Amino acid sequence: MSEMTKPRPKYLALHEIRLPLAGYASILHRVSGAGLFLMLPLLIWLLQLSLGSGHENAALFSTVTGNILVKLILLGLLWAFLHHFCMGIRILLIDIHVGVEKQQAHTSAVAVMVVSLALTLIFGLKLLGVY
Amino acid sequence: MKRLVVGAHYGLMDWLAQRITAIIMAAYTVIMFAATLGGVTGSREVWHAFMANGFIRFITFLFIISLCYHAWVGVRDIWMDYVKPATIRVTLHVLTLLALVGYAGWAVQIIWRLP
Repeated sequence: MSEMTKPRPKYLALHEIRLPLAGYASILHRVSGAGLFLMLPLLIWLLQLSLGSGHENAALFSTVTGNILVKLILLGLLWAFLHHFCMGIRILLIDIHVGVEKQQAHTSAVAVMVVSLALTLIFGLKLLGVY
Repeated sequence: MKRLVVGAHYGLMDWLAQRITAIIMAAYTVIMFAATLGGVTGSREVWHAFMANGFIRFITFLFIISLCYHAWVGVRDIWMDYVKPATIRVTLHVLTLLALVGYAGWAVQIIWRLP
């Protein structure tokens, strides 16, 4: 009974809270989504340059995507997209009650992190023109 | 009259729309990433021909609309979670909506004016 009357914390001590991996994956889902939304104009502009006719579009596309800062942003957005994609599939599966048990949920969170990073590596090398 | 600016039964509809648009975008992602590995970004000519294909144009259009609807639900959720004052929240909602409608029109005309 004394357990029940124990004073409850009145604030969230964020630095003391230990989240399970799925918690961090979930926060990253929101962060990656927000980042993708904020960078949408850049992505649509690059689509426009890549599909535009004439030499000017091609030249500007090469210049912009050749910039190291732009490359880093695109690499970050690639990871954001792939994390959002993998985490989205995990959420859809949980919606249909697949992988809701504690251990399964942890394993799928690990899978989201690993697979999204691996895919970022594969397509990141493509983005950087390695192959 | 004083009333709270809260939802009116559109929650389930948006939740469902978020899932449906996610599935459309996931399928499009698989197709496009496979095409990338298949070499459609190898040259500008190949890339233009690929994107001008009727089927690809059709699914790209679906992707753009899905993306903007999906982003609307997601970004609106972020504002609802962190921004409490109703005036600021409504302003952010309207700005988000206007931006997304504009992005949709911009992206659609890029793929639609391809020869």
